[in-house]
Parts: sequence; structure tokens; C-alpha cells
Amino acid sequence: MRGFLTVTHLTLHEAMRRRILLAALAGGAAFLLLYGLGLHAVVHDLRRHAAMPLLQQRMLLNLFVLAGLFAANSLSVMSAVLLPADTLSGEIASGVMQTLASKPVRRGEILLGKWAAYGLLAAGYVAVLAGGVLLEARLLARFTPPDVAGALPLMALECLLLVTLSIAGGTRLGTVTNGVAVLGLHGLAFIGNWVEQIGALAGNDTARSIGTAASLVMPSESLWQRAASLMQPPLMRELHVSPFSPVSVPSPAMVAWAAGYTLVALLVALRLFRRRPL
Amino acid sequence: MAEPVVETRALRKQFGDKVAVAELTLAVQPGEVFGFLGPNGAGKTTSLKMLLGLVEPSAGAARVLGAPLGDRRARARIGFLPEHFRFQDWLTGRELLRFHGRLFGLGGARLATRIDELLARVDLLDAAHRRLREYSKGMLQRIGLAQALLAAPALVFLDEPTSGLDPLGRLMVRDIIGELRREGVAVFLNSHLLGEVEATCDRVAFLKQGRTVHELALAGSGGAELTVALRLGPHGGGLLAGLGRFGHGVAESDGLVTLTVARDEVLPELARWVVAQDVELYELRSQRKSLETWFLEVMGGDGRPG
Repeated sequence: MRGFLTVTHLTLHEAMRRRILLAALAGGAAFLLLYGLGLHAVVHDLRRHAAMPLLQQRMLLNLFVLAGLFAANSLSVMSAVLLPADTLSGEIASGVMQTLASKPVRRGEILLGKWAAYGLLAAGYVAVLAGGVLLEARLLARFTPPDVAGALPLMALECLLLVTLSIAGGTRLGTVTNGVAVLGLHGLAFIGNWVEQIGALAGNDTARSIGTAASLVMPSESLWQRAASLMQPPLMRELHVSPFSPVSVPSPAMVAWAAGYTLVALLVALRLFRRRPL
Repeated sequence: MAEPVVETRALRKQFGDKVAVAELTLAVQPGEVFGFLGPNGAGKTTSLKMLLGLVEPSAGAARVLGAPLGDRRARARIGFLPEHFRFQDWLTGRELLRFHGRLFGLGGARLATRIDELLARVDLLDAAHRRLREYSKGMLQRIGLAQALLAAPALVFLDEPTSGLDPLGRLMVRDIIGELRREGVAVFLNSHLLGEVEATCDRVAFLKQGRTVHELALAGSGGAELTVALRLGPHGGGLLAGLGRFGHGVAESDGLVTLTVARDEVLPELARWVVAQDVELYELRSQRKSLETWFLEVMGGDGRPG
């Protein structure tokens, strides 16, 4: 436990000292500023067209907020993959890990310490970006999408899954290979999800099955799809009028699969790192 | 005799088809400064990593501080300075020692006092607040040495501790090794600088192609072999046979009798015996082989620069 806390503390300290956190927050602030300006323009436009039915106005606002959350989610996904990609592979390659692992701490404590720190950072980043989008929507448009409390944890779980895979990859792969591999897996999930949606829309079971298989191999995108679905009113969900209204909504079983996937990936990482020659 | 702090029997490490260490058999005693020598690629670093639990052996047996390899309680009493000491260069010197001290389970005032002691010992008190990326190579080596000594270890592994150090830095490392020996701490020293090894080590082992091929007690310990040359008056063949009791390799050529003896202490006894045989003793010279000569002899002609 002592080693775990020390490594977690050091990793968080590193993120602050090396200005990683500052860079991520500056990028997030720039995004929120840009998004706020865009939202302000949209709200201004809606007020000018007072004749537009209220329902239509709400649906437009909901779509714009989901677009903002999609961008926030994408930024968080990139951070979740890239920030920890170097944490094990880089320290193993440079020899820093030899000095750490020769101390009286379990290797598992080192890995879990880093995982916990990057997990916290990724979840915090989601909270800041998504929270920023929602706050801007509340302040500028007096609008909050439904079931935010159910959706945000799914976005955080998506980031935690990617952090876990990135750390697991770092036990065996080089930094660049690891980053490319995990982003590639997420890309597979992204494409697989679209194949599934198109298959569902066209009534093509083969395409739908391929998409489902891709989501089982990598369930990250399914979590976002479910989160997006939760943050829409039922009518908007049923009409499938936006790219965020999936025809085939990932089920709670897929969320359980993603949580189990994360746990298994973490256990695999622990096993790989324990046996890794340093 | 006390239990060795390091004891290995036929320790082996193989990565796929490549044999990194074929058969490592050695023992290091408490308080001993033990030199580990061999050309590049002989398997020294892999051997060290096995002893530290960083690499799992493929075969063989070993105990460090009386415990199996990698035992956490044993690691709490081990200090280690890797060959190319790398660290989080965004930390200050003091922060680095605090972090490593916590990994050793130290904390509070005890850790703060220990850090100050070690910073003073490696002459880095005035640079303790500076980030490590601003340190020179020699300063990094010294802060690395300080982290190896944080937990008042019983055994210290030093992999090329003087590389990158100027003569004053080397002298400081030599002094620290001497202090550790006096405190009863065993030092396992891996170095290419044979002069340094000769000046600091009690005993060395030579590693060749992953095998320990020779062990040697060094001059400082009073136990290294000497070549003795005697210029004598007329004598019979029986004298040469009698000299055999003092050493080995007795031979006579160009009016000189030569032999190899095990220790300095043999010399006065040998001189008394010759005189007692009624043979004139005109000259007695002794010479110890340098470690470099030993190294070249042990490694043989097939050694290529690494």
C-alpha cells in the first residue's frame, strides 16, 4: 500500500511538474472558449427566430450540446491513450524502472499506482471538459440534457478503459507502438459502431453482427454511444435525427462487458509486468 | 563463518536461444568488497539484475541476504546504483531522495535527517534544491549513490559507480566504499576500471561468456599470489624440491630460481629456510601480478574488445 500511494503521488506530481496537466487544461480551456462562442451564436440565432416551435428549439440545443460533449469525449479519449502510453515503456527503456523495482515494493504496486493516477487524471479531465460544456449550456441557453448523471460515468469508464489498455500495452510494447495500437483499437470500435448502426438501419444482420463483434473486441465507443443516447429525450432518440441517436443502442450488458473488460485488462497488465525482465 | 550475503549456484539466464549467463557460481561474504569483472557482453549486468530480482533466472539457485531472489524484505536492506542511473529529472535532488526513501518505507524526521546526512556525504547539500536536469554527469552519479545508501543497507550493488566522475569524485566513491566496508556492509562492485577495482576490492571474480571462470584475492586483503625470484649461491637439486613446500611452479633459469607463493607471510619463512640450508641468499624479489595482467590471462586470447 505504501508503494502504491508513493507511486500515485509521484505520478500526479509529475503531471503537474512537467506541465502535462497545464497543457491539457489549456487545450481544454481553448476548446470551451470556442464552444461557448459557438453556443452563444446559436442561442442568439434561436432567440431571433422566436417563431420556431419550442420543441424544435430544444432539439437543436440538445444536438449542439451533444456535439460539444462528443468533442469533449474525443479530447478525453486522446488524453487517456496518450498520457500513460509512455509511463511504463518509457521508464523501462530509460532504466528508471530498474531503480524503482529494486526497492522493497511489489511491481503490482508500481503499476496500480500509475494506473490510479492516470485514471484520476482522465476522469478529472472528462469532468472538467464535459462539465464545462454543460455549464456553458446552462448559463447561455438555460438548457441541460436529460440523464447527465447516468451518462458522465459512462464517459469516465470509457477513458478508464483506454488508460488501462495503454498501461497494459506499455508493459510489453514501446511507447509509439503502444499509442498506435490502443488508438487503432479505439478506431476499430468507432468504425465497428458505425457498421452496426448502418446495419441496423438497413436491416442487414451481417453488418450488425460485425459491428457487435467489433464492440465486444473493443467496447470503448459503445460507452459513448450509450451515454449520448441517455442524454437525449425519448422522441429525439426514436426519430434518429442526429448522428448521436444510435439505431442500435448499446445495452446495459455492454456496459457490464466494458467494466469487466477493464478489470481483465488490468489483471493482464499486472501479470505481464510482474514477469517482465527489467 | 557467517552466512554469505550473496550465494549463487549454477545460476543461468537464457533469453530465447541466447544464453546471457551460462553458469554463475559465487559467494560474497558480509563486509567484503567484491569486484565483478568481465568483458562487455560477458553477462555481468544480467547477473546483477538476477540478484536484484529484476530478471528471473532460467535455472540454478541463489540466495541474497539469506532470502530467495527478489524477496521484498531482503530488498529493504539492499542498495543499488545502476550503470546508467536514470531518474525523474524534473525532481530536485532532495525530492528524489525523499521519493526513494518513501519506497524504502522511511518517512518523517528520520528520513529528513538521513537525506541531509547523505547529501553532505556526497557533497550535494548546496545543490539539493536544484532540479536533476541541471546536474552534471558527476553530480547525477553522486545523487544516485546517495539513493543507494538511503536505507542503511547491508549489501550494496554498484554498477560502474565511478563512470563520469572526475578524480576527486572517484576518490570520494573510494572513501565511501571504504566506510561501508568498515561498517560491515558488503559491496558488490561491477567496474571496468581495473585500477579502481584493485584499489577498493578484497576479492574479484572473473566472468567469461556467462561463466565465473576464476576468483582472486587482491593485494589489499594480503591474500593475493606473488611471484618470487631468488638469486642463490651454489646449491643442489634438493633445494628446488624443498622450495616446493612454500608454493608452486618452482623453476630455475638464468641463475634465478622462481616460484609462486600464496601470501606475503610466506616470504620471511622462505628466506629463513634457504639460509638454514647453508645456501647463500643474494637477492629475494617478490612481485604481484597486476589485475590487468590477471584479467588478460584469465580472459585469454579469444577476448575481443566490446
